[in-house]
Amino acid sequence: MPAAEPVGLPATAISAPDEAASDLQGAALAAPAPAAVAQPAVAAWLRLLRSEMRLMLSRRRNQAGLGVLAAIPIVMAIAVKIADPSNQHQGESFLASIVGNGFFVALAALVVEIGLFLPLAIAMLSGDAVAGEAQIGTLRGLLVVPVPRTRLLATKYVALVLGSFLGVLVVAVAGLVAGGALFGLHPVATLSGTTLALPVALWRLLLVVLYVTAFLAALSALGLFVSTLTEQPLGATVAVALISTTMWILDSIPQLGWLHPWLLVDKQVALADMLRDPIYWPTMRLGLLTDLAYVVVFLLAAWARFADKDVSG
Amino acid sequence: MTPALATAGLTKRFGAQTAVDGIDLDVPAGAVYGFLGPNGSGKTTTIRMALGLIRPTAGTVTLLGRPMPGDLGEVLPRVGALVEGPAFHPYLSGRANLERLDAADRFADPRTARRRIDAALDRVGLLHAAAKRYRAYSLGMRQRLGIAAALLMPREMLVLDEPTNGLDPQGTREVRQLIASLGAEGVTILVSSHLLSEVEQICTHLGVMRTGTLVAQGRADELRASRQATVRLATPDVAAAAGVMERMGLSDVATADQSVTAVLGDVASEDVVAALVGAGVAVRELVVNRARLEDLFIELTGEGFDAGR
Repeated sequence: MPAAEPVGLPATAISAPDEAASDLQGAALAAPAPAAVAQPAVAAWLRLLRSEMRLMLSRRRNQAGLGVLAAIPIVMAIAVKIADPSNQHQGESFLASIVGNGFFVALAALVVEIGLFLPLAIAMLSGDAVAGEAQIGTLRGLLVVPVPRTRLLATKYVALVLGSFLGVLVVAVAGLVAGGALFGLHPVATLSGTTLALPVALWRLLLVVLYVTAFLAALSALGLFVSTLTEQPLGATVAVALISTTMWILDSIPQLGWLHPWLLVDKQVALADMLRDPIYWPTMRLGLLTDLAYVVVFLLAAWARFADKDVSG
Repeated sequence: MTPALATAGLTKRFGAQTAVDGIDLDVPAGAVYGFLGPNGSGKTTTIRMALGLIRPTAGTVTLLGRPMPGDLGEVLPRVGALVEGPAFHPYLSGRANLERLDAADRFADPRTARRRIDAALDRVGLLHAAAKRYRAYSLGMRQRLGIAAALLMPREMLVLDEPTNGLDPQGTREVRQLIASLGAEGVTILVSSHLLSEVEQICTHLGVMRTGTLVAQGRADELRASRQATVRLATPDVAAAAGVMERMGLSDVATADQSVTAVLGDVASEDVVAALVGAGVAVRELVVNRARLEDLFIELTGEGFDAGR
């Protein structure tokens, strides 16, 4: 610490009246810094992550978004409940199985929401992550604290993954609650014809939740990259939602079969394989590998972009 | 002594436009450095480069003796900064916003967070509004919250970019007083402004930017002394007074109806009065205009400080 040079204030220097001074001088001093002590690295990082999660969850829009995610299974359960009984039992979908077992509300809702609602939620969160903070200027505040850029990006990504998990979990739990209330929860008939006891089926549902979370974690990596490209959070959100929706559309066109293995969304509906007995892994394994590839590629791209970026917002 | 902030040939180009053109900033440790210039003259861009937010096109930055942005992680914890106005999350309270910044600081002890945040809020007079959402803050409160953020931890240096922007006169005076008291504690302060009058009286050193170049820099008293004092005399005896002044060695003697002006130079004003009275000149009023930095800056920047706005 360099000794402070006696500062030669010009004679005119201190002219503000005393009453102004008294207002501002009562508190602690920003004295020349003692040797700063870094907090334990893991604890410090967890503190930043907690702050990040608090920021995400305290935002009204995000709370409303969770509400919408939870509303879908509830609406589905009610719709099936009040529908004309003669229309039931058409097809073999999860939806048709709901009448017999409320457990399937959770699965049906996940299959429905994986196409648009969950990706849209990730698109919004990832728009906020970097572009949102750049737009309102809080990004520069964090960077001069300083938060090293790699650390900030890593924290943002982990927060997105936790947010993804929370979103999927909310859908599943809301589905179980609504389905349980309206149809009851019973042992689950698997696609292989066997029956799983309810506790086993609930573990399977947790695996489904994790599988969907892995998909959203891959989408989050893509979203984080897009978020580093712009200072317009809405632009980033729209771009991510468009990319996700486009992939679902391309995946539904059989003529583009050669492209399908490259699409992030291609193996996601395989979550139904979780309800085979035993679990049928091969497709999901490919799905998880695709997720991993997207995570690696887009996190690296985000890092390459952000580490050097001029932050002038 | 190592300067707190030094730049060498610092340059930033955005495409074809040169925002900062090879400046050599020198902010001595312990100084209160007024970084002045019209809006758009490159002050904020320079500050952004000094803090590692943007990369220089050319040149180097040394902050607290360490190269930036290379040693950013070691240097910035010792620096509190308010860059280009306050920026916070609108739907969080003032305190929650400071908590977030404190949580981001690896060097901040969470056990003392509450006390440090309250102290920072108190110091800028915002403790009563700590629970209010930032969105509901006035511009003056936002500025003060920005300064509070820079004061969360003990600092060796503060970089305050336009901290008085948008404040009313009372708010400006309070911020000025705060800066002066921090400076008196030995904290090096770089304070930028497009209004000389807002920071002139608290600065020990000054640097003046004009269209991306540093046109003047040095101790404030030296810069002030580089302009000579003038004298203006109100008298009915214009011709006689002018004669006395010229004989005493005053230069640029100019007469008008009932008044004479001249550059005082090394002559003491009381000697001028004595000589005038001795010569029988009726002295109604004699005013000495000490050098006004404002004039110097208008000369240096070629325009008023608000030009181009």
